[in-house]
Amino acid sequence: MTSTASTSPSNFFSDAGKKTSVLRLFRNHFLTGLCIALSLLTLVPLFSIVVLVIHNGFPLLSTNLFTQLPPAPGLDGGGFGNAIVGTLVMVGIALGFSIPLGILAAVFVNEYASVSWLASTVRFVAKLLTGIPSIICGVFAFAAVVMTTHKFSALAGGIALAILILPTILLTAEQALLGVPYSFREASFGVGATPFQTIWRIVLPEAMPAIMTGVMLAVARAAGETAPVLFTALFSQNWIKGIMQPTASLSVLIYNFASLPYAYHIKLAWSASLILVALVTLSNILAQVIFSPKHH
Amino acid sequence: MSTEEHVTSPTEASERPLELTNNFSPGESNFIKVDNFKFFYGKKEALHGINLEIPSRKVTAFIGPSGCGKSTLLRNFNRMNELIPGVHHEGDITIHGTSIYDPSVEIIALRRRIGMVFQKSNPFPMSIYENIVYPLRIAGQNTRSVLDETVERCLLSAALWDEVKDRLNDSALGLSGGQMQRLCIARAVASRPEILLMDEPCSALDPIATAKVEELIIELKKDFTIVIVTHNMQQASRVSELTAFFYLGNLIEFDDTRKIFTNPSMKQTEEYITGRFG
Repeated sequence: MTSTASTSPSNFFSDAGKKTSVLRLFRNHFLTGLCIALSLLTLVPLFSIVVLVIHNGFPLLSTNLFTQLPPAPGLDGGGFGNAIVGTLVMVGIALGFSIPLGILAAVFVNEYASVSWLASTVRFVAKLLTGIPSIICGVFAFAAVVMTTHKFSALAGGIALAILILPTILLTAEQALLGVPYSFREASFGVGATPFQTIWRIVLPEAMPAIMTGVMLAVARAAGETAPVLFTALFSQNWIKGIMQPTASLSVLIYNFASLPYAYHIKLAWSASLILVALVTLSNILAQVIFSPKHH
Repeated sequence: MSTEEHVTSPTEASERPLELTNNFSPGESNFIKVDNFKFFYGKKEALHGINLEIPSRKVTAFIGPSGCGKSTLLRNFNRMNELIPGVHHEGDITIHGTSIYDPSVEIIALRRRIGMVFQKSNPFPMSIYENIVYPLRIAGQNTRSVLDETVERCLLSAALWDEVKDRLNDSALGLSGGQMQRLCIARAVASRPEILLMDEPCSALDPIATAKVEELIIELKKDFTIVIVTHNMQQASRVSELTAFFYLGNLIEFDDTRKIFTNPSMKQTEEYITGRFG
């Protein structure tokens, strides 16, 4: 429509070729173009990271990476199966603590006591905690778990990560619950359901896809964090034997190996980066498939 | 209508154990009794001492301009207003002789005996079948045959059976607006209530769907005491036997619908009905 309007000044809908009309059209096209250009620009860093990680991480990619232990300094061969398992275990521990806590707190804050002082305190503290640097979570877990158990352990690493992701899970779960229309609750209460039944049978299932999106964000964050596990789980050259042992993780492995002067270890660090990105992507896709709403 | 033999019969209804009390007899003239009832949202008094007696097995319409308190009163009958923080009431509401605020009355039981249909149809994001059996499932009833029977009974009562009987397991959200509202009516009668509260049930429906729901309301009054809030004057005159006119939190006039619409005693009622305000 706009092009015909500008080319035929006699058109009823145009401002008869007035200067303002041309300027307005130009500005419109210019700003639209700018938006597209800036959107593409934001893709550049993301895309470069993925390309770089694939390019550098691909050469060493083999099943050995998953099944073998890291080589001694200066030697070639081997993999980082222990770090993959370690990351999975620690993220699992973190989720084990933070999913129930986060969702229950969100349910309390949103469904039971949305206007109480306790709810607003929980909300405020959660928002505050999202901004806390991850290394602080590590320091806290070091003081709270490592110092008291006298051991670097997967448990300590998991707890550090749990503290890190708890606010994310809580706040996204609260948003997810807020997104469930009030009319569903009304309908449920209207037929005589208790608050528990309403939450358990109607509200939580409806909010689940959005809650899981928050959980997946948290998984991605926890799997990639180095600082909280660096001095809580430390690192290990061996397979994990229990959660009370120092444990290897992909992020600390990347940190350690990338700073070594051995070419093979640096290549391993690249491969570990690739695996880490792949794990996070995979778990994201999996969650989307499992928790996508079935009724829409 | 061919559905008559399937809907709940009065005898069936009175054989059930009554949670509230057992001195209910069909046709009672003061089935729901509102006694000097005041209701407050925080400090704001929304209802100023309402006195009203609603007979059973009739359709009673609440009319009045927005904000006049008609919905507020309706939502007090099943104590839905208590979900809003900071509300309180004075006075009393009794349903066949028992105060709904009596400490021995369980709010859950009360709501099971009083079905509610909302302004915007609100089916759950589940199958048609699961929507209707939800009131039974939350009451602990999971026997397949009972659930099947209820689904058929309720869909027949709501005049929806023929339209959906082949797709009971499809999502309720795939129904049309009118069908969704009739599904909500079906769900509201699943727990075999005695009273049906309808809060502007047709305000979001087109005229054809509205006609169907109105037809249904007239059919349902054989088995239920129906109280309907409506902004549609024609609707009130079509479906109700009694009409209560509310204005600014007061009950102005309560009488036979025909009298209200042809020869109201109060000037305000006449002005509202003839469209001079509201």
